[in-house]
Amino acid sequence: MEQTLFYILAAVTVIGTILAISEKHPVHAIVYLVTSFFSLAAIFYLLAAPLIAVFEVIIYAGAVMVLFMFVIMMLDLGHPQDARRPGLLHAMPALILADVTLAALLMMLTDHTVPAIVAPVVSVRDFALTLFRQYGVAIEIISMQLLFAVVGALYLGRRRKP
Amino acid sequence: MIVPLQHVLILAAILFCLGMICVLIWRSNVIMLLIGIEIMLNAAMLVFVGGANQWGMADGQIFALMIMAMTSAEVSLALAMVVYLHRRRKTVDVDEFRELKD
Repeated sequence: MEQTLFYILAAVTVIGTILAISEKHPVHAIVYLVTSFFSLAAIFYLLAAPLIAVFEVIIYAGAVMVLFMFVIMMLDLGHPQDARRPGLLHAMPALILADVTLAALLMMLTDHTVPAIVAPVVSVRDFALTLFRQYGVAIEIISMQLLFAVVGALYLGRRRKP
Repeated sequence: MIVPLQHVLILAAILFCLGMICVLIWRSNVIMLLIGIEIMLNAAMLVFVGGANQWGMADGQIFALMIMAMTSAEVSLALAMVVYLHRRRKTVDVDEFRELKD
């Protein structure tokens, strides 16, 4: 049951991403990407990471994508007829490069088998204990980084006197 | 583990390559380029969460959380810079942004 669900969600994620990156209209691309992130959040839930799944929905599908949408609407970029989709000739190097990378990764992944071990499920309590006991310094650094991002965004976004 | 770790890793590899295609193709629109970076970071998060589930350690999930915080900082700065450059140049073409100073 859960196995089938995983493969269905994986298919939804991949198809949503393909539709998002081939869409000319930026707003439609964002909506496809939100679909893809929702199914990825469900995959995280199936992989016993409920907290990451919730954060994926709140931060990615919620905050980050809405920020993208906000910038697209503020800069008035939602005109697909203005968008220059690159031709196949332009896209060819990128496709070849990505195909080579994907083939190398798949070859590496199918060569080595990972032994299936029975591991304890990570509970939210384990997660919180490890986060605040072992990685307390990392939390401080991340919060500093977010503060710097806010300051930088304010600096870049301020109105200059003409 | 409901599915073998390899299948999770294959899904992550496919997503990463899709993000890479998006970054390399959409040079005419910086918003789509940033979306490609998001897709690649999500693939990295999937690898971390799959590893955390495989070995039963919380560390992988914590690094997924770190990636999320890093991404939100990166996106806010990058979009602020897009707004700034759009005010200057009236375009979102990456090739027009060769220099920050005009």
